[in-house]
Amino acid sequence: MFAFIAKRLGLALLVALAVSMVAFALVRLSGDVASAIAGEGARAEDLELVRRTYGLDRPLIVQYLDWLWRTLQGDFGSSLYFKTDVIGLVIDKFPTTLLLGILSLLFALLISIPLGVAAAVYQNSWIDRLALALAVVGQALPNFFFALLLIMLFSIQLRWLPVSGSGSWAHFVMPTIALGYYIAPAFMRLTRAGMVEVLSADYIRTARAKGLPGRSVVFKHALRNAVVPVVALAAVQLGFLLGGSVVIETIFALDGLGYLAYQSITHKDFPVTQAVVMLLSVFYVLLTLAADIANAWLDPRIRVA
Amino acid sequence: MRKTFSLALAAALFAAAPALAAKRDNSVRFAYDQVPENVDPYFNNVRIGVIISQQVWDTLIYRDPNTGEYKGQLAKDWKQVDDRTIEFELRQGVKFHNGEEFDADDVVYTLNFVSRPENKAVTQTNVNWIDRAEKIDKYKVRLVTKKVFPAAIEYLAGPVVIHPNEYYEKVGPKGQNEKPVGSGPFRVTQHVIGKSITLERNPDYFKDSPKGQAKIQKVEIRFIPDRQTQVAELLSGGLDLLMHVAKDQADQIKSIPNLQVVSGETMRIVFLHMNAQESSPHAALKDLRVRRALNHAIDRDAMLKNIVGEGARIIHTICFPSQFGCTDEGAMRYDYNPAKAKQLLAEAGYPNGFEVPFHAYRERNQSEAMAGYLNAVGVKTSFTFLQYAAMREQLRSNKAGLLHQTWGSFSVNDVSASTPYYFGFVDDDASRDPEVKALLDEGGNSVDPNVRKAAYKKALQLIAERAYTVPLYSLPVFYAATADLVFKAYPDEMPRFWEMTWR
Repeated sequence: MFAFIAKRLGLALLVALAVSMVAFALVRLSGDVASAIAGEGARAEDLELVRRTYGLDRPLIVQYLDWLWRTLQGDFGSSLYFKTDVIGLVIDKFPTTLLLGILSLLFALLISIPLGVAAAVYQNSWIDRLALALAVVGQALPNFFFALLLIMLFSIQLRWLPVSGSGSWAHFVMPTIALGYYIAPAFMRLTRAGMVEVLSADYIRTARAKGLPGRSVVFKHALRNAVVPVVALAAVQLGFLLGGSVVIETIFALDGLGYLAYQSITHKDFPVTQAVVMLLSVFYVLLTLAADIANAWLDPRIRVA
Repeated sequence: MRKTFSLALAAALFAAAPALAAKRDNSVRFAYDQVPENVDPYFNNVRIGVIISQQVWDTLIYRDPNTGEYKGQLAKDWKQVDDRTIEFELRQGVKFHNGEEFDADDVVYTLNFVSRPENKAVTQTNVNWIDRAEKIDKYKVRLVTKKVFPAAIEYLAGPVVIHPNEYYEKVGPKGQNEKPVGSGPFRVTQHVIGKSITLERNPDYFKDSPKGQAKIQKVEIRFIPDRQTQVAELLSGGLDLLMHVAKDQADQIKSIPNLQVVSGETMRIVFLHMNAQESSPHAALKDLRVRRALNHAIDRDAMLKNIVGEGARIIHTICFPSQFGCTDEGAMRYDYNPAKAKQLLAEAGYPNGFEVPFHAYRERNQSEAMAGYLNAVGVKTSFTFLQYAAMREQLRSNKAGLLHQTWGSFSVNDVSASTPYYFGFVDDDASRDPEVKALLDEGGNSVDPNVRKAAYKKALQLIAERAYTVPLYSLPVFYAATADLVFKAYPDEMPRFWEMTWR
């Protein structure tokens, strides 16, 4: 077990490192940082000055290693745009994103597990078809578009919810639905598949034969077993939600990490982009690792993999 | 596409009238898509920063946007002592929002602080002409420029705001961002960095200010990155005013009751820039007949009417008409005449046209229209749409041929902020005509208005005659607002909240 964890941890670190390299390269190759800082109408000498001031005249690989070295020492530097500590900015914005991520996950589980169970219990009925239709739509509809539809319905037509901002609980309703709905199909299909398998298992037949009520069989005996892979997937999806909230936060002007990432990319503020990407990838990697370990603990067969 | 579709749907769904909450408590809720990196006016270079600066801070001089006349604001009077020195007599009894009294020390400290390069003011051109400021007595200050700088008054009426020296010395630009203190018609009551900034009417604003007293009690500015979301907020009654609304959206908002669209002109001019210098790799563009042909090839009127929109106007010279020294008097004009364009091309030895790269970076629909007109007379453009910095790199490395350029002059109402940036032998000059440069230098190195006007006029005439660019039009800006909000659009893209009222 220890060797397994060590191996996974090493792999996780390598993934984080690779992600940081790719992020660095993408931000830097997509345009001149000095021009972005100096703005329209900057003269060649202004650009030179900016390059020298921020050390942008050095080879890219040197800049990357410099950044990595300082990051490893816990120094994320300061934002080129806001001129403040990157750490401060990130700490300031993270709670909003985490809250949105958890709410979306809960929302997704709340709709997908009951639907998945119903679809399995009433296989090939209209309920199953409806669940399938909802899953297909959820997977196929881009979340920014779904978000706009929600705004039209709940803010413009019905006027129940505020369009944007993060001042109250009402501001989180639409972002939660838009983000959560997008990941719900995976849970739903997994629950359904698990339930279908478990419901045909011998012990369920035994339970039914004992004369247990149907509800008790489905929820107490079957669901508990069918839901295990869903829990593992939930950990991974939370990581996805934290990273995937860039678009949703931007649309709803939710002042979180995703919005910060969007701003930093538009301003070529690479220290911030790097820090956000690092944080999210480390989070993602850790959640995946946790899911792996949990699975390995539950199922010894996985440990050799 | 995404925009048009959803807005159409939104408009169709639209039922109830916008909430009138803002009107009742006499406030205005406004949104902008960019976040200023710092609201201290010297430490950001975004438009919203300029907008906030004029609500919260004051300048020594005020430029009346209706007449173009300079009036005293924090300065009561001023006079040019010699070519490089201006003396200001300051207003007495003005107080900053924190109670600090305004006097010569504030002016001297602010100007000396921001003009020192080591303090890293973001837009250096706004301050790098200042040599030093000196205190004569409590209400008298002398400002010395590094060299003859005729546009000084214009800068002092624009970006050069005055900070309270005691507070600024203590907290610096960082503190001014967190808790901004100025002397303007509004004071900042809350700044949630990256999210919103709330302004409230300054009840102690000095009586004689040319800006006048604010009528609106409260202004809430929110930073909403998505334009689409901004429009949705307006439709749902969450906002009262928006600017920079796209033309297609503005056209649709017009048809919604209880909302209004106001279009205004901006100082941003649009032109087709040509690489016509001696070293240009595109031989055709070095031929005057070809350049004139391009001038005849584009139908500006049709473009203005069909895709640019109301509020814009045709220009014939490379400057914005309200700028000091800008004129199209006596400048050659080129009508839309594709037949003549073809004939000129044939005379120049290009009866079948020629190929040339064409770069653009904004308002792509306009670039495509230009390319269409050029193709129609035989000029085959290979079109590349880039980010501004990348396009500029093409120009500076002498690879570019034609470029769809735009220039906003930093809202400075003086030709020295426009024409020389493209014809003064600086980085972006792609014609390098020494005669033009000499005239621009003459206009930029005199404080005599008549000498300046004459020199600029001659320079602009030469540029038009030698057809170094195709001057096109100014860009409009569309504001969308609740119908009951009374406001005016000015060409400097500055919503003046202190003038607004509710109907």
